[in-house]
Amino acid sequence: MFAVVLLLIVSAFTFWIFSALPSDPAALTCGKNCRPEVIEANRERLGYDKPLVEQYGAYMKGIFAGRTYGEEGASVHCPAPSLGYSYDRHECVTSLIASTLPVTASIALGAFVLWMAIGVGLGTLAALKRGRWQDRLATGFSVVGVSFPTFFLGLMFIMIFVIWTGILPFPRYTGITENPVDWFMALILPWFVLALISAATYVRMTRNGILEVMNEEFVRLGIAKGLPRKRLIVTYVMRAALVPIVTIAGLDFAFLLGGALVTESIFNLPGLGKLTLAAVVNSDLPILVATTMVAAVFIVIANAVVDVLYGYLDPRVRVK
Amino acid sequence: MTLLSVRDLNVTFGTPEGDVRAVQGVSFDIEPGETVAIVGESGSGKSVTANSLLRLNFGADVRISGEILLEGRDVLTMTEDEVRSVRGSDMAMIFQDPLTALNPFYTVGRQIGEAYAIHHPGATKKELREIALNSLEKVGIPEPLKRVDQYPHEFSGGMRQRIVIAMALVNNPKILIADEPTTALDVTVQAQILELIAEMQAQHGSAVILITHDLGVVAEITERVMVMYAGRVVESASVENTFAVPTHPYTRGLLKSVKSLDTARHERLEPIPGTPPSLIKLPSGCPFHPRCAFADSLGGRCSSEAPELRIVGSSRSACHLPDERLLGLMGGAS
Repeated sequence: MFAVVLLLIVSAFTFWIFSALPSDPAALTCGKNCRPEVIEANRERLGYDKPLVEQYGAYMKGIFAGRTYGEEGASVHCPAPSLGYSYDRHECVTSLIASTLPVTASIALGAFVLWMAIGVGLGTLAALKRGRWQDRLATGFSVVGVSFPTFFLGLMFIMIFVIWTGILPFPRYTGITENPVDWFMALILPWFVLALISAATYVRMTRNGILEVMNEEFVRLGIAKGLPRKRLIVTYVMRAALVPIVTIAGLDFAFLLGGALVTESIFNLPGLGKLTLAAVVNSDLPILVATTMVAAVFIVIANAVVDVLYGYLDPRVRVK
Repeated sequence: MTLLSVRDLNVTFGTPEGDVRAVQGVSFDIEPGETVAIVGESGSGKSVTANSLLRLNFGADVRISGEILLEGRDVLTMTEDEVRSVRGSDMAMIFQDPLTALNPFYTVGRQIGEAYAIHHPGATKKELREIALNSLEKVGIPEPLKRVDQYPHEFSGGMRQRIVIAMALVNNPKILIADEPTTALDVTVQAQILELIAEMQAQHGSAVILITHDLGVVAEITERVMVMYAGRVVESASVENTFAVPTHPYTRGLLKSVKSLDTARHERLEPIPGTPPSLIKLPSGCPFHPRCAFADSLGGRCSSEAPELRIVGSSRSACHLPDERLLGLMGGAS
């Protein structure tokens, strides 16, 4: 319930903030040498002359009922849920998002699995081998990882794996249903780029979390009970250390679902991030409003899911 | 055979500031079923001694020497697996803070069952539940059927300590090590927990090693007292002698610094002057001499020569003062 209210507030705020921008959506509808009368006429046609509240109302209505843009004779109907119409691309925003979302979801999911495996795996190893070379290697990796910018790592990967060695073809996105092998080949590099950079933080979090839990009294009691080390590490230490990590991971994943702008651009992946970036360049407001809201929806949903998950993982916050 | 025999135990922690000599030359015996208290201030080495018995001293640089003979087998030379089989079965431990000692993620029933299952690999789930229920009932948890499936945070501090005790006793240990079992509890609950420990001891016939800084706790349930100071045992005596005829100036100081019903109205509490010494830079000779009111009377001996434990009356004391003065310590001669 709270999540719905939050989404309403987010959508209103997004709508308002983009309308406050100095760029004039009506002016963008016709070319460079546009006469003021045409702009005014277009403004009226598109409804940008109406008060903001009314515009917002029409927008919200469109989400649930669909909406027809333009005037009779040259109108376009976008069925519900309509998130607007891009005059720049001459397409319904919803269908633009629908075609880009699977790409971003593919990127996010693969990267997430990889980074959790690398981050938690290396972090655990570092904590268990504290002070030894494994620890130094893992913490070294995490320092290097966080300091690399995405674009640098992405370009390096393309250079090494595509241009120099030719191990991989230049990434060209193909849907998983069309050709899973091509899909995988196109995504493997972006997955690793995103995973390595995020994993760096998770190595640290996991390592510190585990070391902290190891000092807990209940872990000492576990040892005093005679628990074998492996069982102690898994059922006592990891169990406790992973709770906060799951929470943060959920939010990070949702954030990634909102579009990986830089990575998608470098690897030429037609995802939400690239759509957003293009919209920024072209001042395509309807798309910007929509992608912002989609990203917000993901964050809000992730928050709710994490809350439920947290209660499941930690009996102390379980609601009775 | 002596149940537990500790011989010349030394524990040193290496730190960047220098070596911390936490325990030095501690020796004692525990007989089956007896209750022994180890008393001392924080930093006296009492908890380190207790932890050593189960090899629970962790840290990057811990050095332990000496012998800890459990029925003739040296705990310090055992393999990891052998120590593990001793932990929780031959020797079980009760920790100070029951609020943090239980695993917050599992039900108390599961944790008690687990303590049993570790040392009885064949036990079925049904048996474990039965055992958990019985244990809860034995330590006085009301409504065990409902409580067994609850999590630690749903219990009060006193209740949690009962659960920790139940868990410690589930394998009928020969020795129960209680490290400040009542320190973190409300005063009203403390007596109940001590009573429970005494009761359980009577039922199970376990020996109890009670670590505490609270002389009131000592008087309540123990038979023998070892007083530790700066990592050494300075006095070892029966509980009656400890209170009536302390044979070490430090023990005397402890007794004079707490109020009891015997303290006459005009009598003032006498705090021990100074603070416990740093374990990195221990004073030369007797570690207590900088705070001792009697040190000057012996010339420079106290600051040059560390006293060994010797028999004084029916107690044992590590002090250079002559026997007759040690036996008359409480007689007001200060």
